[in-house]
Amino acid sequence: MQEVLGKPEGFVDNFVRKPGDYPKVTHYCPGCGHGRVHKLIAEAMADLEISDKTVLISPVGCTVFAYYYFDCGNIQSAHGRAPAVGTGVGRSNPGSITISYQGDGDLGAIGTAEIIHAANRGENMTVIFVNNGIYGMTGGQMAPTTLEGQVTTTTPTGRDIDEAGHPMRMSEMIATLEAPVFVERTAVTDTKNIMKTRKAIRKALKSQKDGYGFSFVEILSSCPIGWKMKPVAANQRITDEMVPYFPLKNFKDEIENRSPRPTKTVDPDPNKIIEVLGVDKDERLFKKDQSFIDNFKDQHVRIAGFGGQGVLLAGTTLGYLGMETGLNTTWLPSYGPEMRGGTANCHIVLSNKEVGSPLVEKASTLIAMNQPSLNEFGVTVKPGGLIVINSSTVEGKYTERDDVTCLYIPMNEIAESLGVMQAANMAALTAYLAYSKAFDVDMLTSLIKANFKKKTLIEKNVAVIQKTYEYVKENYLN
Amino acid sequence: MKREFIKGNEAIAKASLLAGCTHYFGYPITPSSEIIHAVANLYPKVGADFVQAESEIAAINMCYGASCAGRRVMTASSSPGISLKQEGVSYMASAELPCVIIDIMRAGPGLGNIWPEQSDYTQVVKGGGHGSYKCPVLAPNSPQEMCDFTIDAFELADKYRTPVYVLSDAYTGQVMEPVEFPSEVKKVKKNDWAIYGDKESKHNLVTSIQMNTTEMEKVNIVLDNKYKEIMEKEVRYSEYMMDDAEMVIVSYGIASRLSRSAIDELRSKGIKVGLFRPISLFPYPTKKLAALADDKVKLFVSVELSNGQMLEDVKIAVNGKKPVEYYGRMGGAIPTHDELVEVLDGFYKKHLG
Amino acid sequence: MEEKTPRVEIIPEQCKGCELCVVECPQDVLFMSKKINQFGYMVAEYKGDGCTGCGFCFYACPEPGTITVYKKKRVKKEASA
Repeated sequence: MQEVLGKPEGFVDNFVRKPGDYPKVTHYCPGCGHGRVHKLIAEAMADLEISDKTVLISPVGCTVFAYYYFDCGNIQSAHGRAPAVGTGVGRSNPGSITISYQGDGDLGAIGTAEIIHAANRGENMTVIFVNNGIYGMTGGQMAPTTLEGQVTTTTPTGRDIDEAGHPMRMSEMIATLEAPVFVERTAVTDTKNIMKTRKAIRKALKSQKDGYGFSFVEILSSCPIGWKMKPVAANQRITDEMVPYFPLKNFKDEIENRSPRPTKTVDPDPNKIIEVLGVDKDERLFKKDQSFIDNFKDQHVRIAGFGGQGVLLAGTTLGYLGMETGLNTTWLPSYGPEMRGGTANCHIVLSNKEVGSPLVEKASTLIAMNQPSLNEFGVTVKPGGLIVINSSTVEGKYTERDDVTCLYIPMNEIAESLGVMQAANMAALTAYLAYSKAFDVDMLTSLIKANFKKKTLIEKNVAVIQKTYEYVKENYLN
Repeated sequence: MKREFIKGNEAIAKASLLAGCTHYFGYPITPSSEIIHAVANLYPKVGADFVQAESEIAAINMCYGASCAGRRVMTASSSPGISLKQEGVSYMASAELPCVIIDIMRAGPGLGNIWPEQSDYTQVVKGGGHGSYKCPVLAPNSPQEMCDFTIDAFELADKYRTPVYVLSDAYTGQVMEPVEFPSEVKKVKKNDWAIYGDKESKHNLVTSIQMNTTEMEKVNIVLDNKYKEIMEKEVRYSEYMMDDAEMVIVSYGIASRLSRSAIDELRSKGIKVGLFRPISLFPYPTKKLAALADDKVKLFVSVELSNGQMLEDVKIAVNGKKPVEYYGRMGGAIPTHDELVEVLDGFYKKHLG
Repeated sequence: MEEKTPRVEIIPEQCKGCELCVVECPQDVLFMSKKINQFGYMVAEYKGDGCTGCGFCFYACPEPGTITVYKKKRVKKEASA
């Protein structure tokens, strides 16, 4: 028996996904730090016995081809997006291990938002951030971590911090967030630091395996070709130039202080879905009355007022009446900033035929809950149409039109007298129904009883309906 | 209630759960936000997963991740958000990942406004992101179809391993109508290509990179053959008053409903006009339109809320055999009924009067 | 005959000649040879003696399987087998 340190089992035996004739060697340049990091990950995956349940995500950069090597599930993703992809795949495979392997351009530039927010959510993910201060694959351009004065193909005279900003310390930023449990910066320069890196990677992966969530290991690594240096000299440069700016240390280790989170399975029960959506019972409030449907005259109703008057609810209530009686019904609200301005209006079309446009351009009925609504929409009412005016807020008579019928209903007073100020809309609706006879007022009462949840509210609304009905009968139905 | 008086946007959220969707990732934007509101309310209650993403780009890439894991996944947005998502859609098309994307179109370009337009037609129907790809696109014009097509979109996405769009607009998203929901949840099968984080699936790879040019060309040919099959099998359209129509309005989504109202009035004046409504925008019902152009139809009019983005497809189908006119409004403006009737009447008189 | 341990094996066909193993070896028993492999890299070699099995070279090497370190043989009762 002998102990052997050889190719870790976390690697596939032959790199068959790699094009060309040499399936045993990587595509990396001589002396590249990625190879060292790969070896540590592969070894940790094997030793922690997680390779079967690990999904490694490699976005854009030299590690875009990481899937050639690792014996686990592999996903190649868009530049910078690995933490978002990891969010999706990690949540989809509860209990699995997600590794996001990213370079400095990927993580610190184009994917800044994704890494910050995945870290902030504390996704179950281990991020291996290889910082070599340059864009390796693209041809040696400046990275967000390129040092001041460093010459790259896009900083030919050296990085000017007045122009390009300072090199970004990502670990320090990530460590300010609450959710991450483990944040450490190491380097793969010499044996001592490689061993520290080995330990950090293992700790990060183990903490994820144990359910602690998000961990982040930044690794200073050399890019001899990008830096135009020999591998040995390149490693020395990390020590001499990078480490003073990017200190090697643990920034956060909360593993001891936190409890593992339970695995959240995502396996919705179909019965539960049906129950929550309530799509199992086909209840109809009113018995289908074909002669009612056949004789129904199209209604194009506009209801308008200020926000809080229940304009939209009055509209949907009318829509429900349409649906429950078997008519075709559409309701279209004002929405967005239009509503935030304090006004609200909606369009309701009721018909026994299929409804084309849901817009009410020429209303057969306008319910105007306040003066501006009457001013704006009164002119749109069809000749011979009906305007139901809230006389509690509109003073005097509407004299702009002599070809329409106006009902003046003290909606606020009626509602207030019954102790339910917010039911002015019900008074409006009742007046319209009582006068137009589009629906029986009793239907509205039945609907309120079926749809409202609070008993006291039902009683008060029903009282408003009754009082308004009496008012209309007394004043307009003789 | 199985039948519900419900907004188109909310119908989409409910339908997604009935379609077997387990993950939703999205970013709020008017006029699509009712979708994310409903999802935020419903998904946790049934044990499905919902994340309000930090951006549209993150949201679509979360979809990429969940799709890699064989999950049914959805995102929704509105025009400016869809522009942002295009990167992820291109990657998903290339990696052959199913996903359902809802676009509740608003006015553009730029920030535009929150009122309805149909000016995402080009970016959604023709591909949108980089590369030679297309996504199947279904265009509902009512809340009932928002429900039905959402479910259909998930089936199509899995069947063809592709992102699928439901392309709708601000009004169809905001409008409430009675919707009858199915009362069973679609069963989702395991995919042999997906990565489930287990031993059986660990040798699967999802990628969109092929450095070798002929290998990348092969990927493109596979996709192209898939699109040909979709064009062969998945064309959908509906017709109204087409039997004797001399003038045909070609219109989809909310514009088709405005057109329908106009057609009713024009018919009452004795004008033989009908509505041809493409439901699948990719695949576009080109063959059917071409057949109509060969037959008795004498005039086509594309009515759409854009500067004629769909008009090009109508012209390709009609291929110069018959005149093709266009009418549309932009900026969130909607043609009034009278305006549309007058314009269509004018086209009729100009060509057939 | 079993080879003696501890020892290090370097597969020359998988070596990229970066020299990092040579630098890390505390015993100074690795060196850059004049041999050139199929890629054209000058490869690292073991002197054949003096390895303590510390494994530094293994972790120093960026290539997955180029270097294998056989640590000291542990005596087990294998005689009866």
